[in-house]
Amino acid sequence: MRVLCILLVCLGMLQGCSSWQPWVKPYQRANLADPIMNPSRDPVSADYVAHMYKTRQASRGAQGGSGGGCGCN
Amino acid sequence: MAVVVVTEVARRMRRGLIAWAVLLWGISRLAGATVLPEERADLMYHSFDGGGVTVSGPSLLVRKNASSNTSVYYNYYVDHVSSASLDVLVGGSKYTEKRVEQTGGIDYLHGKTTTSLSYTSSVESDYKSGTLNFNMSQDFFGDLSTLTLGYTLGKDTVAQHIHQGTTSLYPDKADVTRQNYRIGLSQILTKNFIMSANWETITDEATQINNSGVTLNNPYRSYSYFDSTTNSRGFAPEKYPSTHTSNALAISGNYYLAFHAALHGRIKFYQDSWGVSAVTYQLGYTYPIGNWILDFRSRWYTQSKASFYSDMFAYKDQYTFMARDRELAAFDSTGLGITATWNFARNGWGWIDKGSLNMAWDHLQFNYHDFRNSLAGGAAGTEPLYSFGANVYQFYVSVWY
Repeated sequence: MRVLCILLVCLGMLQGCSSWQPWVKPYQRANLADPIMNPSRDPVSADYVAHMYKTRQASRGAQGGSGGGCGCN
Repeated sequence: MAVVVVTEVARRMRRGLIAWAVLLWGISRLAGATVLPEERADLMYHSFDGGGVTVSGPSLLVRKNASSNTSVYYNYYVDHVSSASLDVLVGGSKYTEKRVEQTGGIDYLHGKTTTSLSYTSSVESDYKSGTLNFNMSQDFFGDLSTLTLGYTLGKDTVAQHIHQGTTSLYPDKADVTRQNYRIGLSQILTKNFIMSANWETITDEATQINNSGVTLNNPYRSYSYFDSTTNSRGFAPEKYPSTHTSNALAISGNYYLAFHAALHGRIKFYQDSWGVSAVTYQLGYTYPIGNWILDFRSRWYTQSKASFYSDMFAYKDQYTFMARDRELAAFDSTGLGITATWNFARNGWGWIDKGSLNMAWDHLQFNYHDFRNSLAGGAAGTEPLYSFGANVYQFYVSVWY
């Protein structure tokens, strides 16, 4: 509960951030918007790869994809 | 006992949901801007082949805008499994299985917030799963930052397949409740560099334990112990804890290079309540040539063993919990891969805005540090350590409209 209160206070402080002046202007973001900047740009492939690894190792999470099921062995 | 467990799970779920709902409401108050995902369709054939296992099948993903602020999507995915893995051969004989997963989802853009809701159903003959997934994301700080929060609730029913003549029976079932809590922050640092950090906590709880004591384990797998009467390995059904909690933190960065290429790096740390620690390192390079895009990637993964894992216990029923799943053993894994993408119809063709053909190949190598090939012969506990290589193929076509 204490953690929740701290998070809420932080969120409240962020309310004033809407007028923030970005140091990278919108017209300077062409490189960032290029598809080559996203190695997981195809969701159908990214979801498959996440599932493929999840069934063969203990590590899970922070990967994208959250469906259940096994399809393992 | 079961009633007490279920009540405790319900109490924790209620508390978690309330806390998450308050946080989701909180970020919805932040200002920013975002857009709906692209309208596109992807049709894929995938294949995994290694360690005596082949898993292949199609996947179809279609996404369409239902209105100016609503996008809907549907995914149909199939795994055809043919398994003669070491675990399977130790406990029985080769089998085939089919898993069908379907997902339907909606993304809703309201003001400057994207809210996403989806439901996934996964069906096998002995494993049924339903998963409700909720995400909320928001751009702020002049659209330099994106904050994402998510919650997932899943219910699994794990049955045990029993042959009775030509009839298949599933008399014994275990129920599992899964919950995921996610938080992520993506940050533009320069006009060529973006980083992100994602945290996810996952809890699993067996809310109903089956008559054979199956909780979160695969009901077909066995642990191994030294049978002093025969001086060889004996096998008995695994015994798992009924709860599992894990935490994962992933940090990634993408950097645009001056000659129109991109570098990708990612590191992930993992720890769970079963004593497993793992680290994943990934490095990638994307290079476009004319109508082609080439993605090169490498991956290195290492994990420690679970506290209740052993390749061979000293005797039967030595501990309360005992497992010999190689996924819980100490091992490292390396991977190298490449994806070649050919972009076509870049200026549109009929109702298609653009399209791409994609071919991906990954080669993986798994080297186990304390999981032995018990079918290789030799005295119990001295067999060679197990290792295997695998090839993963993906072929898919994508169209945007």
